[in-house]
Amino acid sequence: MVFIFPFLWMISTSLQTFEETLAFPPTWIPAWPQWINFVEAMRAGPFLTYARNSLIITFSIIILQFIVMIPAAYAFAKYKFAGKEIIFALVLLAFMIPGQVTFIPVYLMLAEWGVINSLLPQIIPFMANAFGIFLLRQYFMQIPQEIIESGRLDNASEFKIIMKIMIPMSMPALATIALFSFVSHWNDYFWPLVMTDSAQVRPLTMGIAMLRETEGISNWHIIMAGNVVLVVPILIVYLFASKQIVKAFVYSGIK
Amino acid sequence: MDKKRIWEAIRPYVMVLPAMTGIILFVIYPVIYLIQLSFYKYNLMNKDRSKFIGFDNFTQIFTREDFYKALSNTVVYTVGVVVLTMLLSLLIAIWLNKKTRFNAVVQAGIFTPHIISIVSVALVWMWLMEPNHGILNFLLKAIGLPPSSWLQSSNTAMLSVIIVSVWQNIGYYTLIIVAALQSVPPSIYEAAALDNASRFKMFYKITLPLISPQLFFILIIMTIGSFKVFDTVKIMTAGGPNNATTTLVYYIYEFRTNSIGYASATGVVLMAIIAILTFIYFRLLSKRVHYQ
Repeated sequence: MVFIFPFLWMISTSLQTFEETLAFPPTWIPAWPQWINFVEAMRAGPFLTYARNSLIITFSIIILQFIVMIPAAYAFAKYKFAGKEIIFALVLLAFMIPGQVTFIPVYLMLAEWGVINSLLPQIIPFMANAFGIFLLRQYFMQIPQEIIESGRLDNASEFKIIMKIMIPMSMPALATIALFSFVSHWNDYFWPLVMTDSAQVRPLTMGIAMLRETEGISNWHIIMAGNVVLVVPILIVYLFASKQIVKAFVYSGIK
Repeated sequence: MDKKRIWEAIRPYVMVLPAMTGIILFVIYPVIYLIQLSFYKYNLMNKDRSKFIGFDNFTQIFTREDFYKALSNTVVYTVGVVVLTMLLSLLIAIWLNKKTRFNAVVQAGIFTPHIISIVSVALVWMWLMEPNHGILNFLLKAIGLPPSSWLQSSNTAMLSVIIVSVWQNIGYYTLIIVAALQSVPPSIYEAAALDNASRFKMFYKITLPLISPQLFFILIIMTIGSFKVFDTVKIMTAGGPNNATTTLVYYIYEFRTNSIGYASATGVVLMAIIAILTFIYFRLLSKRVHYQ
């Protein structure tokens, strides 16, 4: 209850009138649901743009990560090559260095390239998912070598082996990584905050956070309405995939 | 035929190339660049007018009171979050350590805050903690306690931020501990029960040592995670009131435009702290942790 109540209270507030939010004792269930709050919240900023940006950013990152990660994980898991250990050590190192430390140089570098204030700085720094490469490599290593060899005997190309054997056999790991990426990039606030300064390229998280500034500090019913819009997509994903998500997080934690 | 051999030799490199490009470009190179920047008085308008000033940024850091304030705030936050989360999630995990349907629902429930954006979490809690119309003060009054000013006073602001972080993280750590508890073989408990061991003794002598690798893991990631705290602070308090909640990353964030060199040097210090923490933990605690 302690964990769910704040969200119920958020929804309740989002449907209250301004007077109800000030009432004492508090209004638990709004007398007359104020759907207009949502309209008001959506009017306070370009919310369609925010939502579109969030979707583009999140899905571009996931797709890009898969294109980059799968061949790398395959090479690390199934090939022997000179320098493999050192290169893999770089992956592990990258996994441990947080963006909160490196954001200034990354910003300067992207500014020099002239891509600040677009969607790009919110996407390309995440193209290589070090944690994903690590997790997928572990998974690939468990797939028996015999299966791959028999594919090779059938004259299948390495590309075909990846597409027809490795990917189908590692669906749980791929789903885990995709869900993990979705949740963390949909929810991200820090990176868009430091990499952008115009509403046109900002995601929903930033839009909602800015709602508080545009609405002032007392219009809680409007702010909560905006907040509901941000939370609901994740809650829906969670509703359908809660087992998988919980497993993904706990699995990554135990590893 | 030769062509094929050459391709086979370079193939693994081609396959890791995109990933390594990303990692080198956006992680490894920025770290080197960060260290370089920390030795400069950087001029954002005109890069060529940037001045090499050696260790000046670092001497400045260690003589500035606001840095120590940010550092001590971060330490207070980290200790608060780690201790409270550990204790509470251990308690909840023990309570939930039975595979019933009800527990599965509770687990899904306490995990919810963990997948919600910190923006939403922070905003909801700001509303709950609103001093005049917030529900927390209403509840305090209802049970006869004086209301608190929560985020508005420098005495309670940090505690309020800690409460929110603990609330958001408990579900995740509880589930890790539940998974750990369930990996303890029941036969050990049965043997201990035959010896008439008390429940407390069983917990202290059996459960705790057996789940210590996971607790150790939690300790590390939580400490490192807490040292990076930013979002909660930025949204809920903007470092205030009176710098009471300015943490290291927030401190770096505030200097990021005007004094890039100084901010970078602080970034280097933060990176060093995180590295040292990881190292100490591994050295000191690995001796005490019982691996199966």
